[in-house]
Amino acid sequence: MKATLILEDGTVFTGTSIGSARETVSEIVFNTSMTGYLEVLTDPSYAGQAVVMTYPLIGNYGISYEDMESLKPWPDGYIVHELSRIPSNFRSEDTIQHFLQEHDIPGICGIDTRALTKILREKGTMNGMITTRDYADLAEPIARMKAYQVKDVVMATTTRERYVLPGAGKRVALLDLGAKKNIARSLHQRGCQVTVYPADTTAEEILSGRPDGIMLSNGPGDPAENVSVIREIAKLYQSDVPIFAICLGHQLMALATGASTYKLKYGHRGGNHPVRDLRTGRVYISAQNHGYAVDTESLDPAVAEPAFVNVNDGTNEGLRYKGKAIFTVQFHPEACPGPRDAGDLFDRFLEMMEVER
Amino acid sequence: MPRDLTIKKVLVIGSGPIVIGQAAEFDYAGTQACRSLKEEGVQVVLVNSNPATIMTDKDIADQVYIEPLTAEVVEQLILKERPDSVLPTLGGQAGLNLAMELEESGFLKANHVRLIGTTARTIKRAEDRLEFKEAMEKIGEPVAPSKVVEDIQEGIAFARQIGYPVVLRPAYTLGGSGGGIAHTEEELTEILANGLRLSRVGQVLVERCIAGWKEIEYEVMRDSAGNVITVCNMENIDPVGIHTGDSIVVAPSQTLGDKEYQMLRSSALNIITELGITGGCNVQYALHPESFEYCVIEVNPRVSRSSALASKATGYPIAKVAAKIALGYTLDEIKNAVTGKTYASFEPMLDYCVVKMPRLPFDKFISAKRTLGTQMKATGEVMSICINFEGALMKAIRSLEQHVDSLMSYDLSHLTDEELDKQLRREDDRRIWMIAEALRRGMSYEKIHELTRIDCWFIDKLMVLVEMEEKLKAAGRKAVERAAERVEESKKTRERAGEAGERAEEARQRTEKVGEKAEKAEENGEKTEENGEKAEEVGERAEKAEMADGVCVPLAQILPEDLLKEAKRLEFPDSVIARLLHSTPEAVKALRHERGIRAVYKMVDTCAAEFSAETPYYYSVFGGEDEADGRCDRKKVLVLGSGPIRIGQGIEFDFCSVHSTWAFGKEGYETVIINNNPETVSTDFDIADKLYFEPLTPEDVESIVDIEKPDGAVVQFGGQTAIKLTKALMEMGVPIWGTAAEDVDAAEDRERFDTILEQCQIPRPAGFTVYTAEEAKAAAGKLGYPVLVRPSYVLGGQGMQIAINDQDIDDFIGIINRIAQEHPILVDKYIMGKELEVDAICDGEDILIPGIMEHIERTGVHSGDSISVYPAYNITEGNVRTIVDYTEKLARALHVKGMINIQFIVDGEDVYIIEVNPRSSRTVPYISKVTGIPIVPLATQIICGHKIRELGYTPGLQPKADYFAIKMPVFSFEKIRGADISLGPEMKSTGECLGIGKTFNEALYKAFQGAGIKLPRFKNMIITVRDQDKEELLPIARRFEELGYKIFATRGTAKALKGAGIKAIQVRKLEQESPNILDLVLGHEIDLIIDIPHQGAERSRDGFIIRRNAIETGVHVLTSLDTAAALATSLEDGAGRARELTLVDIAKI
Repeated sequence: MKATLILEDGTVFTGTSIGSARETVSEIVFNTSMTGYLEVLTDPSYAGQAVVMTYPLIGNYGISYEDMESLKPWPDGYIVHELSRIPSNFRSEDTIQHFLQEHDIPGICGIDTRALTKILREKGTMNGMITTRDYADLAEPIARMKAYQVKDVVMATTTRERYVLPGAGKRVALLDLGAKKNIARSLHQRGCQVTVYPADTTAEEILSGRPDGIMLSNGPGDPAENVSVIREIAKLYQSDVPIFAICLGHQLMALATGASTYKLKYGHRGGNHPVRDLRTGRVYISAQNHGYAVDTESLDPAVAEPAFVNVNDGTNEGLRYKGKAIFTVQFHPEACPGPRDAGDLFDRFLEMMEVER
Repeated sequence: MPRDLTIKKVLVIGSGPIVIGQAAEFDYAGTQACRSLKEEGVQVVLVNSNPATIMTDKDIADQVYIEPLTAEVVEQLILKERPDSVLPTLGGQAGLNLAMELEESGFLKANHVRLIGTTARTIKRAEDRLEFKEAMEKIGEPVAPSKVVEDIQEGIAFARQIGYPVVLRPAYTLGGSGGGIAHTEEELTEILANGLRLSRVGQVLVERCIAGWKEIEYEVMRDSAGNVITVCNMENIDPVGIHTGDSIVVAPSQTLGDKEYQMLRSSALNIITELGITGGCNVQYALHPESFEYCVIEVNPRVSRSSALASKATGYPIAKVAAKIALGYTLDEIKNAVTGKTYASFEPMLDYCVVKMPRLPFDKFISAKRTLGTQMKATGEVMSICINFEGALMKAIRSLEQHVDSLMSYDLSHLTDEELDKQLRREDDRRIWMIAEALRRGMSYEKIHELTRIDCWFIDKLMVLVEMEEKLKAAGRKAVERAAERVEESKKTRERAGEAGERAEEARQRTEKVGEKAEKAEENGEKTEENGEKAEEVGERAEKAEMADGVCVPLAQILPEDLLKEAKRLEFPDSVIARLLHSTPEAVKALRHERGIRAVYKMVDTCAAEFSAETPYYYSVFGGEDEADGRCDRKKVLVLGSGPIRIGQGIEFDFCSVHSTWAFGKEGYETVIINNNPETVSTDFDIADKLYFEPLTPEDVESIVDIEKPDGAVVQFGGQTAIKLTKALMEMGVPIWGTAAEDVDAAEDRERFDTILEQCQIPRPAGFTVYTAEEAKAAAGKLGYPVLVRPSYVLGGQGMQIAINDQDIDDFIGIINRIAQEHPILVDKYIMGKELEVDAICDGEDILIPGIMEHIERTGVHSGDSISVYPAYNITEGNVRTIVDYTEKLARALHVKGMINIQFIVDGEDVYIIEVNPRSSRTVPYISKVTGIPIVPLATQIICGHKIRELGYTPGLQPKADYFAIKMPVFSFEKIRGADISLGPEMKSTGECLGIGKTFNEALYKAFQGAGIKLPRFKNMIITVRDQDKEELLPIARRFEELGYKIFATRGTAKALKGAGIKAIQVRKLEQESPNILDLVLGHEIDLIIDIPHQGAERSRDGFIIRRNAIETGVHVLTSLDTAAALATSLEDGAGRARELTLVDIAKI
């Protein structure tokens, strides 16, 4: 079936419908990872967005459920150049075509994803629509696209109920802001007992569990929108419990301590971004997925200082909080998809909990 | 970390002659590294024995030495030039081994020279099997159970322990030389014995066989601060067991999930960190197809063929970055030159698919075994880029220039199903064609996978192509049916017309009978008649249309737009579509253009469009936005590259293409290069203003021409590949700059060329142009045997043979016709004489001849396989005058503008022309370097309209140099099982080296050294010659005897030697009982065999076996007495020479 992708600037791409045929309006972002399409699809940070895979051949190794980073796929749309007609991998349990259908994810294939990426790069992230309808006049859909905002996505993606991954080691409270599974898994593999809390949990409730450390997860949307969560995180900051935060968690901690965030022109989404550890000078290749960044100009030097910086564009990639056992990173040490080079940050968190004890 | 300022003068060691397993990729890497070093203000001293390389050019390094790559030479060079550092990791295994030898002997330390980049310790840990295994065990990286053995018994014992089959890998060898898979103890003994001998350290690794696993490679980089990145990963379509150099390789990997991808990526980074490599490194893995189990196969702590491929596949310049790292920079300090925005610490992301295919030499070595294994056999490779795998594969196939353009190019329908099964199991260079055939026969993916161990994903992709073939064939059938219907219809219409006429007649008759209604009836009758006539007309028209179309109904009717679009998306060439539809490529093209289906170009930008890129490096796809912009305010020239490296067309044409491009750039032109060889300098992104990484076929070139609209094209520098495109370019309306196409044609066309020779009064060996074996035999009858038989329009003497009787002619013509032959066959009288060669430049009036080269081997040995001496040393003044005269006459007669290459035979005072090529030749880099005359830039300037005199040169033959420069061919026979090594008119060498010396003897000595002929060792030799050679043999044999050689000879030869008072030990022939000649060869104590085989097709099977066995046991074999005499000269002179060589800085010539 024919499908079109319409951007809010009026650009139209015509391709073939994949997954669900329903119409969807969302923010269009691109991801440059060459592998890990299932991890991307199931990363809650994509809630409210349609993701373009810049790598043209998707679905080659099928779907292995154990690679899912959450219980379901989150993007509101999926845009690819070509889907493999057969999956080939010993672990594959499903085809991507069927997976998208089953989860009612609308998508489009057969379009020039490179041309689309260039538009997003030049004009910045914008909204768009994937549809199987024929519009004679684009005014109405464009108006709808322009009105669209990614909203309330943290509450949509967080866990409904608190749950515990048992472990004999450190007790970590993980505030699920739309977390990828591998954050909890990375801690759990290190022996931690991980208690996962819904995003609207109060600081009091978290602290009452007397955790050795608190982990703030990644998540979707505009960080500044999460006013009440920020308020609770400010309280966590006041406690002396060691905190490690990733991506949205990193941004929320910055906001909770008085700094501000801003929207990047087209974000960082992929598995190849170099970040420099400002203390050692070492460069790590990191997995990234963020559309917003912390404005380092807005940091109170008495509160926090940059710990990591993006080698390419100089944007902030991590903060160290002064006088506190708190460090936060913009990138994804939990990988999945992407490089595992920064995985030892979890070890650093464990050491911090050990020291603070 | 900023650059280490104590590094001021660096010695870069090149990789020597091109051999299988070590080809142009090291010229590319070395050139890039030297330029990168010079950019930093470092003085660069370069040594490489290969004169055809771009790196050995005075523009690339400050001091350039084309000297044998031996420890003695490099030691003397270090003492002379006093560099403070050596960069050993850019010259392939040869360069690395040499640097290690100097390091281990303590020479470097004693002379305060350090190795920069990766340290000796690291190299040792990566290369020494035992140390490597220990290092891997230490960090928990799995390797296949293995053991380094130093003798056969140890190998047998270990193989028994781990079970057969086992893989054998000799330490420190190139391209897997001497390795293999042994399934039995007998095979083990054979391969192991050979491997132990070939290994520099006498070690062979015996390893658990992991054949059939997925073979995955990672290219990784590390700087001195410990930062690590992955440039690219690659998946071999062929499983472990086929050397990666012979595998079809795809980048990035296609069948690995993120878990597998990251697992191996992390492993590669752990390995490079543990080994402490600073620079580039290649890690090869075997990945179990049905689990996460993997083994590290091998680590190359240097740039390699794979790193060249990775560089071209991603746009990330590995060698350049490695050189900067060696100077102390860290990855985050080095700018990515492609984007200008990101840094070298950014991992490239691809938004396309890359396919590499090997160029295998089985068209040259017809007798060779085509089976592929752990021993690399490819001479070169092609790469292609497309947005889908199918398209990339189709483009790679047609880039090979091996008469293949699709999966239908080998007709395998004659194979029985059982034979096909067998062929699939035993993979050779036709494996993807075999799979396509199996798919056509309905074999399941699972069965094919089981037989070939190729992943089903790739098999499915081949199926996509097969299905497209079927769809097009179906459309073709429909075309035939429609045409048949039309014929039928028109027949019927005609019949109907006839009937109508009859009816009209009847009606008239009736009218006559019935009077009263006469008038009306008459009218009716007329009408009927009219109708009848009309019907007849329609019938005729239909008949005409049918005749005009043949069986073609309009293409647009049978080729729906969607189908055509899809076929082009899969990169089916117009010619293939046309063939399947019984149409013409022109008609397909016209229809495509009518429907707006055109190739568009996308950029290789290292970052999947995340950042805007500055370097215009393009590939084509069908569908989507066009990123190429042809607009340009300067004059624009299209330079055609020379495609894959193959025997007869090597790196020298890349040298010419690159220099021409640079010269055009200097003249103010915008330059556009098209080429498909990832190993070369010409496909580096900063050589031309624009690079199109595309096949060199008319259609692909035309699509680029449509966009770029060049003002002209040059074809004279790109070898036969470019020359073959001349006609197509002219049809596209692109002017050919330099010598006109009709003049190029005149030199190739027998009759036209004969006319020119007659006009110039230049003699050539008598000959005829023929088309059939009968005509050829008749021609030979007139000329008298022996005759030279060859197809016209070839390079490297492909298909050329000396025939001594009618039987030979039948055989040769059969072979020639097997390799699709569109051009006539030439039969010439074979004249035995001295062979000479010139390369000259002509501006239409004046001619500049840099020098005359003389071949040591007499006529009959291909010029590319001959030892070539500059200046000519053995001809008369009269000969020289005649050669200059003929050269000038011919250049003028052919209206040459640019380059011309002429080969002569000198017989006494008689000079004949054998061949004229109005284009650049194999000897151009060599002769320009040794005469100091920049031939290619000069020829380019002339093409741009300059004159020789205004460029500051005096026309005519230039003064002779006061030294000798000898070019020595280098062969890769040991790599190609079953190839006949005897020299003849068909070229067989893969590379060359140069010896420069004050005297002829010194130059000769160096040339033999450079070619790796380091004698004496055991001082035992075998001689077996034909009766007619015996007299000539005697003085040569005597010289070897005087050198202390013990001579073994077959009965006839021994008798002749003894008769002349030369001691000779008679050995039994092959068919006689042991110990015979073969046992002697296999006894590993023979230095040399002189074996002059019989000419003609009927060559002795015995000789063949002896020669093959000798080559495979590392014995040097000479098949020409001239070469033998030269070797004797070199040896007589060699004693004591090694320590007192004159080292010549080419940059100062």
